[in-house]
Amino acid sequence: MTRAAAVILRKDLRIELRTRESVPAMALFAVTVYVLLHFGLDRDTLDGDLASGVLWVTLLLATVLAVNRLFANEREDGALDGLLLAPIDRTALYLAKAAALFLYLVLLELVAVPAFALLLLSPGLGGALPELLAVLLVADLGLAAIGALVAALAAETRVRELVVPLFLLPLLVPVVIAGASATEPLLAAPQEAEGLGGWLAFLALYDTVFVLVSLAVFDFLLED
Amino acid sequence: MYGSGLRPLSIATAVATAAAAVLIFFYAPIEADQGFSQKIFYVHVPMAIVALLGFVAAGLMAIKHLRSRDRSWDLRSYVAIHLSIILGVGVLVTGSIWAKASWGHWWRWEEPVLVSFLIVFLLYCVYFPLRFSIEDPDRQARYSSVFAITAGAFVPLNFVAVRLAEQVLHPRVFSQTGGDLPGEMFLTLMVSLLAMALLFVTLWKLELSAKHAAQQLKRLRARLELQSERRAEGRGPVPAGAGADGGAVATVPAHPTSA
Repeated sequence: MTRAAAVILRKDLRIELRTRESVPAMALFAVTVYVLLHFGLDRDTLDGDLASGVLWVTLLLATVLAVNRLFANEREDGALDGLLLAPIDRTALYLAKAAALFLYLVLLELVAVPAFALLLLSPGLGGALPELLAVLLVADLGLAAIGALVAALAAETRVRELVVPLFLLPLLVPVVIAGASATEPLLAAPQEAEGLGGWLAFLALYDTVFVLVSLAVFDFLLED
Repeated sequence: MYGSGLRPLSIATAVATAAAAVLIFFYAPIEADQGFSQKIFYVHVPMAIVALLGFVAAGLMAIKHLRSRDRSWDLRSYVAIHLSIILGVGVLVTGSIWAKASWGHWWRWEEPVLVSFLIVFLLYCVYFPLRFSIEDPDRQARYSSVFAITAGAFVPLNFVAVRLAEQVLHPRVFSQTGGDLPGEMFLTLMVSLLAMALLFVTLWKLELSAKHAAQQLKRLRARLELQSERRAEGRGPVPAGAGADGGAVATVPAHPTSA
């Protein structure tokens, strides 16, 4: 199963590398949101709770873009039928899509977080980078798990563009709560971790629950 | 089959609701701090509890549907979510009124339970556009069940997250265990809860039997049309089993099959 998942993942990454559809769009979108928020909030620099809120909401909105595109190739060319005809476990498809989304998110953050530090953040990233990376990675896992499920669910509906953000964003509220609360002290003037362990534990619980739920229900989305 | 026991259930609901109303207005003491406005608690809290249990029950019914492939479980899950959403509107409205009466604001973000409820409510509102944007009935049932299970797992997690994040400022009329509540208030709350739960089950059964009857009617209509078409073409009598007159009713399957 892992082999099949790896093959599908490689296919997705190759397509992404050649068409450059998702990741550049996400990064561009994130920077655009920073610019919008600079004017919308009328602030040149941000720190503390405002900074962490802006960062997390931006990342989440960029995630919506990727989730919308995640099954685009399968959908548009009827490639899903071909994939389903292959004698592989459906779970492999889910794992591949979640892994692809996870990688997209990491790539997005490689651009969006430094851009945020450059454009808006006042204390800079230096002091708290390892902690911030830990929170981002654990959160990405949850985003990828739930994002891949929502992408598959929405792919076959008529109102795909509506279902993805409307279903995904409420599901991600706990991620914003935990992520923003954990990063807030990291982005404030004395950059110290505060209650980091608890929030990481909650995010890990969230990841576990949704990975398990997704694995349990994903097969039912692709039965026909 | 969904309508069985509906009459005694309706009577029990009416009795329980009347008893709850009597207890609320004539038995439960006026709360010292908030006065008369605290009485909304006996509507708001049971409504919230029943709505959340309805969402969780819908998730369990969805699991049952996916396991048994019996689409009637999907119908049950759908009706439960539908009613919980309606109760949810009531919860948000009564919660808002209560907040206005006791704190002077219509909405307070410091109140974790109400905020969690809003998030859950927003999530479940997407169930309907999702469900009705899928035409194939079998796929519709499966996708709706996947939604109901995912959202059902989300409900407790969301409550934990919001409670961790918000400072608890609610004027706790009773603590989480209910231990602080005076006996009269507790009894009134329990009767109100029972009344609300009975109301939910009654409406659930009623809507189920209505939806089931509508589906049956649609099937019978389709069959009749087919029959008259065949007659018009002069192909003679419809083969046995396709049914004529009252016989058609007896041959209709108990629950919907893909028509």
